[in-house]
Amino acid sequence: MLDMTPKDITERSALRINPAKTCQPIGAMYASLGIHNCLPHSHGSQGCCSYHRSHLTRHYKEPVVASTSSFTEGAAVFGGGPNLRQSLKTIFQVYKPDVVAVHTTCLSETIGDDIPSIVRKAQEDGIVPNGKFVIHANTPSYVGSNVTGFSNMVKAMVDYFSSRDFGKSTDVNVIPGYVDPADMREMKRMLAELGLTATVFPDTSDVLDSPMSGSYEMFPKGGVTTEQLMKTGSASMTLALGAFASESAAMSLESKCGVPFTVMDLPIGIRSTDRFVKSLLDLTGQIKPVASMIEDRGRALDMMTDMQHYLYGKKVGLYGDPDQVIAMADFLISAGMRPVYVITGTPGKRFEDKVKTLLGNEACRCVVKSSADLFYLHQLIKSDPVDLIIGNTYGKYIARAEDIPFVRYGFPILDRVGHGFFPTFGYRGSIYLLTNIVNTLLDRIDRDSPEERFELVM
Amino acid sequence: MRKVAIYGKGGIGKSTTTQNTVAGLAEMEKKVMVVGCDPKADSTRLLLGGLAQKSVLDTLREEGEDVDLDDVRKPGFSDTLCVESGGPEPGVGCAGRGIITSINLLESLGAYDEKENLDYVFYDVLGDVVCGGFAMPIREGKAQEIYIVVSGEMMAMYAANNICKGIQKYADAGGVRLGGLICNSRKVDNEEEMIEAFAEKLGTQMIYFLPRDNMVQRAEIHRKTVIDYDPVSEMAGHYRLLASRIDQNDMFVKPKPMHTDELEKVLMDYGLFG
Repeated sequence: MLDMTPKDITERSALRINPAKTCQPIGAMYASLGIHNCLPHSHGSQGCCSYHRSHLTRHYKEPVVASTSSFTEGAAVFGGGPNLRQSLKTIFQVYKPDVVAVHTTCLSETIGDDIPSIVRKAQEDGIVPNGKFVIHANTPSYVGSNVTGFSNMVKAMVDYFSSRDFGKSTDVNVIPGYVDPADMREMKRMLAELGLTATVFPDTSDVLDSPMSGSYEMFPKGGVTTEQLMKTGSASMTLALGAFASESAAMSLESKCGVPFTVMDLPIGIRSTDRFVKSLLDLTGQIKPVASMIEDRGRALDMMTDMQHYLYGKKVGLYGDPDQVIAMADFLISAGMRPVYVITGTPGKRFEDKVKTLLGNEACRCVVKSSADLFYLHQLIKSDPVDLIIGNTYGKYIARAEDIPFVRYGFPILDRVGHGFFPTFGYRGSIYLLTNIVNTLLDRIDRDSPEERFELVM
Repeated sequence: MRKVAIYGKGGIGKSTTTQNTVAGLAEMEKKVMVVGCDPKADSTRLLLGGLAQKSVLDTLREEGEDVDLDDVRKPGFSDTLCVESGGPEPGVGCAGRGIITSINLLESLGAYDEKENLDYVFYDVLGDVVCGGFAMPIREGKAQEIYIVVSGEMMAMYAANNICKGIQKYADAGGVRLGGLICNSRKVDNEEEMIEAFAEKLGTQMIYFLPRDNMVQRAEIHRKTVIDYDPVSEMAGHYRLLASRIDQNDMFVKPKPMHTDELEKVLMDYGLFG
């Protein structure tokens, strides 16, 4: 399948083969779905919108609705203004969302459509009904990655909604990062467990993991409301989880409304969750978390130590979106594993610095790279194999070609279920991830054991 | 059929020169089509006696893709055929894409078919080759010969040199060649010698030196080419000569664009000390 991948690595400047990232608008579309009653709108040709919708649907196993400006040749030449106006007219007449979140595409970015001026004109002309909102983010796919698009749209939520007009409250804002609905749900559960009143935005829980009820809801009950978004400006602080996905919104919120922020790693793994919980305890003046949380932590730790002999020293090839990869690398190191190849397709030297710091003395024996691709990862693995590959579905080809155990993690997972329901966040998330990792390694031992070593108890 | 594109710095007189030259060729009983590739759609004004024409893109926008050749192609002076690509209003959309769309549409409508019996197609292209769209006339073997309108002014020569870089890029793949420089005089010191030297450095020729004459301006005000407005004037004779030089031209080269310092040396040698 990938038999022709050459072992020797040669310098490449332009070509990317099997990229470890995807389009900006995918991230922007996903973020938009985390607003209650929001219709994501793709300002470009139809194909972009179809691809982004279907990609999200394949990962979340839920219908993803989004509209498009449906560019034709004429729109490319004369600009997409008329198309966007017509789109807004139709959307508000037919689908009646509270918010339309417009993101651009390569085509509309290249011809230079100015979304704010088109939307302003539409508002003046009464196309946008009173009390309804149109927000936008610029998301050219030739810059950054899906994570950049997500980050841009979350920043747009702040830029359009956050307001100083609600005074000051003790509430906390949490920007959970580019994570699955299960993680957003778990985040809210943990915040409640710690006794905090918090606004989590965006929030795709109950949007992209809504239960089968027999009737179709175009806008499911989940998502952060526009009112909640406006009040983010009055919060006492913002916790931005994952620098790549969440920092720019938090910064914008500070400069716009004076809400201070802290950027932290995604609370994936015990160590990172500890830091997250600690910072919240500091905020509320509590000495230690509630018993239930301490018990969850203990259970995760229990599994980690019980299974230590299967984890210790195992070499891992890890790739995906930067925030996820950073947190997972930290987790693996704390579990005694060795993430020897740590790769993201998203550009950013910051990623490399961060992971190298985590690796410490090990760093010189590892390869840490941003703006990289899976072809490169494959080449690394061919020269010096690993015991486990962790990453999104696209790695299954390498796993098969090199016959290496593979744990699916990150976005997108197109060929398995579970990621939509089991969180990776927090201590419970650690248990889920450890379960996956250990069971995958055990399956391999079972598969490869000769009869006399085929063990009942492991 | 010879396919000719005229390039040059903005405001240098490309459209005026093109239309007057085309008038000269038309007088010589040549069948010529002019394709204006400028969003302002003013490349055929003198041949048509005004800006009466609907552009290809306007038509495409209003009628959809169901366009007839006669909707966009109008007869002008002495049986010339005039087409304007047109484009978006300033500040929106993508004019470059407009040219690509427009030329593709003309091709699919059969504007270049043999039954049209064209001797010449002239593309009059806006200013610099700022993006792929404006290079459309020299891509994929559309225009085969390029003339660059230039003057002895520094920025005009810079632009000409830059355009040569564009031609060079497409020369191997598309077979496009530079036919020469047309000097449209601005009465700069030593202009003729300087442009001759400049042309030589580029590996081409100065095919004609058009003197500055107010007659051009007068004819323009009357929405006519000089040949149409005052056929016996001296300037009409110059345009006829330019037309016949182009008709007889057999020097087609891949240009050798210069480095900036080399170009500035030409300017120093002729502009200052000549």
